[in-house]
Amino acid sequence: MRPVRDVAVVAFGQTDHLRSTDELSEVEMLMPVLHEVLAATGLRTSDIGFTCSGSSDYLAGRAFSFTMALDGVGAWPPISESHVEMDGAWALYEAWTKLQTGEADTALVYSYGKSSPGSVRDVLTRQLDPYYVAPLWPDSVALAALQAQALIDAGETDEPALAGVAHRSRADAAANSHAQLSGSVARGEYVVRPLRTGDCPPVGDGAAAVILAAGEHARGLCERPAWIRGIDHRIEAHGIGVRDLTDSPSTRLAAERAGVFERPVDTAELHAPFTSQEVVLRKALDLGDDVTVNPSGGALAANPMMAAGLIRIGEAAARIHRGACDRAVAHATSGPCLQQNLVAVLEGDAR
Amino acid sequence: MSDARSEAVGKEPVAVVGIGQTKHVAARRDVSIAGLVREAAQRALLDAELSWSDIDAVVIGKAPDFFEGVMMPELYLADALGAVGKPMLRVHTAGSVGGSTALVAANLVAGRVHGTVLTLAFEKQSESNAMWGLSLPIPFQQPLLAGAGGFFAPHVRAYMRRSGAPDTVGSLVAYKDRRNALKNPWAHLHEHDITLEKVQASPMLWDPIRYSETCPSSDGACAMILTDRAGAARAPRPPAWVHGGAMRSEPTLFAGKDFVSPQAGKDCAADVYRQAGITEPRREIDAVEMYVPFSWYEPMWLENLGFAAEGEGWKLTEAGVTELDGDLPVNMSGGVLSTNPIGASGMIRFAEAALQVRGQAGEHQVEGARKALGHAYGGGAQFFSMWLVGAEPPTT
Repeated sequence: MRPVRDVAVVAFGQTDHLRSTDELSEVEMLMPVLHEVLAATGLRTSDIGFTCSGSSDYLAGRAFSFTMALDGVGAWPPISESHVEMDGAWALYEAWTKLQTGEADTALVYSYGKSSPGSVRDVLTRQLDPYYVAPLWPDSVALAALQAQALIDAGETDEPALAGVAHRSRADAAANSHAQLSGSVARGEYVVRPLRTGDCPPVGDGAAAVILAAGEHARGLCERPAWIRGIDHRIEAHGIGVRDLTDSPSTRLAAERAGVFERPVDTAELHAPFTSQEVVLRKALDLGDDVTVNPSGGALAANPMMAAGLIRIGEAAARIHRGACDRAVAHATSGPCLQQNLVAVLEGDAR
Repeated sequence: MSDARSEAVGKEPVAVVGIGQTKHVAARRDVSIAGLVREAAQRALLDAELSWSDIDAVVIGKAPDFFEGVMMPELYLADALGAVGKPMLRVHTAGSVGGSTALVAANLVAGRVHGTVLTLAFEKQSESNAMWGLSLPIPFQQPLLAGAGGFFAPHVRAYMRRSGAPDTVGSLVAYKDRRNALKNPWAHLHEHDITLEKVQASPMLWDPIRYSETCPSSDGACAMILTDRAGAARAPRPPAWVHGGAMRSEPTLFAGKDFVSPQAGKDCAADVYRQAGITEPRREIDAVEMYVPFSWYEPMWLENLGFAAEGEGWKLTEAGVTELDGDLPVNMSGGVLSTNPIGASGMIRFAEAALQVRGQAGEHQVEGARKALGHAYGGGAQFFSMWLVGAEPPTT
């Protein structure tokens, strides 16, 4: 969707992503990141027009887990605030919508997830059809492996090519101090054939925050705002048996609606937790070899549930902020085998 | 850049052109969760005389995922709600979620992101156990104290002490709401033999809250179709127009919090009234659907929402002002006290307010209702969402 009002990402912060953060509550994990984006813009929480967050009760293991995280924002006097039980990328979408109405000029968006307290492979089975599928406990790696095998069978990739995706991502992550895995990572043993440990994301904890601002407000807060030229998201059928797992029509449609194909992009930050999913997304987004894909290392280097999508938008924006990129596509996903996908186009002003 | 452009364009007016509910009951064993939500959505489409292909986006809300044991149910429900190939957004803001969900959908139209949006909220409490869902303790964090009644009862007692209200006021509210529910075919509790004496004789659960002054556990869903000015012009029945909507949040627990009349509720109402140009809510608003899960919250919220001065809300209730035929009817539908599919309860308040100004509320219609308030709250009385709808399009 193309905006009526120009809105930009003006600040982005993320935690170091770690395998375990037993010593930290979610609020403690989140607060440094919130302070980081506020400090970057000079805003105080009382200056923020709208706040929106994304998280999942199932990771926290209790209902209403987001209410405690809200305390960490310093929510007094009362704030205009909302929450989505989705990745923070969708919280950003809700905030962007709010700015489109003109009811707010700035927004704080944050999301967080701690996967370490449980087995995230098991937890994610609970998001499947509760009557016919979830009782079988098909885990997230097994479902991704079905997708990877379908791609190999269709001749779209092979195991060495997938290993190449992992190698490139983790090598790039060496320049990302927040990444959980970086540098040389072995292909590893099969987890679920054809996926090896190297094809799978690390399990970890982390948080991220973004500040959005509209029009002239953005220019006052950031030297080179990352303008959201378009943003859209689409969902596909839930049953993976009725989907072509080698393609992502929802990503392609969202990209069309967001205007990705109108002009070339130089950077893509893709939320592809599995190497095979990068193959699917590259095709759906029509990305050539000249596009820099996941210079942060992507979700293969750090995949904090509920924040990894927002981080893709933040990483793309941060490259624009520092002049390393002029036009980027950022992508977030949710659900098994890329069921739901969000695509945003970010641009810096011409130099 | 484009600030001037957007301000010149202004917000798109938002109209409610379709409303659908399920018959709310203790257990809908005849349908899956998907079947339940589809029923409400189809009724909303029927009301708007639209089909699934007319819908540009779906915004869905419900209370915690633990209530049914399905994590991120929007993924599973995409097919049932005709969302495949469309944007689908899932909102969760505790008990206020039904209202918040409607507001997010309204913003999609107001911001001209989409022309026509389906919004829906549900709870199928019979699939699991809400008490269990609310009672998962985490070390070193304050839990919600095993169910809502135990959390809210002390605040009701504080209100009684502060206002000097006689202890009969709660039962009057319950008696009124349960009688109103008899006029609403979708309401869960239809207690045909209800009397004031029966309410007053019901067992004490959390002093001073009696059994008959508490909400039931319901299965149910509520859906609305929201559209822009062009969509409203094509609507077969009178639309309800959104004149104002807002959300406010405050922390669960802190020393300065007033649990009897939370600041977030006051601020939220003030924002809605400002948007809607309301300066005297008591005079200008014709009907109110407010979130009253325990009877005493009617007089408490009458004050919090600016319909009565502090300490005076109970006097409106006692004088019959909030009766269906009173000067300021409250919970004409029977309210949360008669129907409580938790995640949907807020949206039902919003939808019932819209039904009133559309003149479509049937036997529980307030004659000549032109402006109505829908209200929801959640968490430890910390999350608020409200909208004000009118029979006429907004002028600003």
